[in-house]
Amino acid sequence: MASPTTTAPARGDAARGPGARSSPTRIRRHAPWTPYAFMAPFLVIFATFILAPAALGIWMSLHDWDFMLPNRPFIGLDNYAALFDSTSAVFEMFWNGMRATAIFTVASVPFLVAIPLGLAVLLNRKFPGRTVFRAIFFMPYVLGVAVIGLLFRFMLDPNIGIVNGLFGTSTPWITAQPWAWISLVAMTVWWTLGFNTIIYLAGMQDIPGELYDAARVDGASVWQQFRNVTLPGLRTVHLFVVTITILASANMFGQALLVTNGGPGDSTRTALIVMLAEGLERFRMGSAAAMSYLLAVILGIVSIVQVLAMRERRPR
Amino acid sequence: MTVLTRPEAGSRSAGPRHGAGAPGALLRQGMFWLFLLVLTVIFVGPIVWMFLTSIKTNPEATSVPPTLLPSSPTFSAYEGLLRLDGAYPVLRWFLNSLLAATLHMVLVLAVASTAAYALARLHFRGRGVLFVVIVSTLFVPGFVFLIPNYLIIDQLGWLDTVWALAVPGAAGAFGVFFLRQFFAMLPGELEEAALIDGANQWQIFTRIVLPNSKPALATLAVLSFLSNWNDFVWPIYVLFSPERLTLPAGLRLLQGAYTTDYPVIMAGAFVASVPVLILFLFTQRYVIEGVSRSGLKG
Repeated sequence: MASPTTTAPARGDAARGPGARSSPTRIRRHAPWTPYAFMAPFLVIFATFILAPAALGIWMSLHDWDFMLPNRPFIGLDNYAALFDSTSAVFEMFWNGMRATAIFTVASVPFLVAIPLGLAVLLNRKFPGRTVFRAIFFMPYVLGVAVIGLLFRFMLDPNIGIVNGLFGTSTPWITAQPWAWISLVAMTVWWTLGFNTIIYLAGMQDIPGELYDAARVDGASVWQQFRNVTLPGLRTVHLFVVTITILASANMFGQALLVTNGGPGDSTRTALIVMLAEGLERFRMGSAAAMSYLLAVILGIVSIVQVLAMRERRPR
Repeated sequence: MTVLTRPEAGSRSAGPRHGAGAPGALLRQGMFWLFLLVLTVIFVGPIVWMFLTSIKTNPEATSVPPTLLPSSPTFSAYEGLLRLDGAYPVLRWFLNSLLAATLHMVLVLAVASTAAYALARLHFRGRGVLFVVIVSTLFVPGFVFLIPNYLIIDQLGWLDTVWALAVPGAAGAFGVFFLRQFFAMLPGELEEAALIDGANQWQIFTRIVLPNSKPALATLAVLSFLSNWNDFVWPIYVLFSPERLTLPAGLRLLQGAYTTDYPVIMAGAFVASVPVLILFLFTQRYVIEGVSRSGLKG
């Protein structure tokens, strides 16, 4: 127990901080238990609210786990099978929710990638006040979905909303499709585009200026510089942005709850609304846990496919 | 296809590189600033509209066509909201949110910084595995944890309390990952000197590493405060008592109760926005820095 930990080359440590073993001298750094004492507070919370629920969720999904009932019998994969059985009670609402989430994701991700990329190009130019504009475009992101939801519910009101007021239209922004989807996508783009813009901008600032100089010397136009220097330089950043944007869109919940309330009909009742209603309103938690795992697995597959597809697209 | 071999598509780029003074460049400059102005109106406009509506009377707020500025500004929408004993105690929700977000922020800073210190600068068995396990949870979508965590919170007796709001989020791996990357880049010399002077790891952590990491700690503090303040999904399910709600959960109640009283609804939304907007105004450098850094982990 008393053997002191030294800086003897700790081979096999996968995640070694660059500064951590700067000196080979054999000074006593700390008692063997010191690192665990530093880790302990986080690990207790991490184990309780990340590891335990991850395992508990699988356990629940394999049982007929109703929060309100004392008996929660083991039913194997029945909760999952029910999601694929068109005669089951949950089938229609679950896949309706998945469809809504898929529509929202497919409709919002292209805008949430393309517009921030364009804005980042704009903000990457040198002009007075660019940090102010950067902050302005980011500002909506610091507001919560509850604020945004109430605000857009009011602005998009078909009768008294400012949007119809400004354009002199009477578009049913929240009560008919496809307008409801257009509204939800547009408000989400307005709300969150600053986040992706900042990430693209940071990525652009890491591209060496010499590459642009060389391109200019070769007579490349602004578009050619963007196409052949900026885009290839952003490959990793781009992959990251697309991945987190798909994940964020698949999490859509508050906007649909507060603006369209799942309507018109059930058309904007997203997978998350369905899952949480099943688990935390009807308290059929086993079934809801199965839904959450199925959605997570599908998202995992989408991410892997997308990473592979984008890796393939190397030029030349 | 490389830049070098690519034939030039047009001759537009053949002009002077910095063509200031040329009428075309001046026009382009004008278009550029006009475009920025339009974007600014789009981004700031809705927030201003929220405030303007909150100081109108309801007939004016719902008039067609809408008026831009209130004809007779009134704060009556706020008066009802700011009473502690009202049916919709927005001021109480405000204080609840403030308490939850502050507790959450302090907890994140405490547990993430100590764990990140161990992972970045101490050697111990299982460190690599632990780091991989923690970071890999960043890729698990958060909704997977919601329903089982509800049960765990129930078992702890934390439903309808501030602990349900402040604690579970501190298990997120982002803070640990973020601080670990920062701590690992600090130079080792000061630490060596302190060790030779007989300092223990706690002293090195509190007197050398933390004071030298103020920007990273500030960034994490602001980001965790913001995310907790704005959280919507979790509070609407783990809180029941109207007097214990946070602002986002309360706003939903308000929307249900005052369906068509838009000045009141917008006043509630504005009360929830002001703190984060002010916080962002003073800390935008840290927020933007934090977001920038989150993208560079790939």
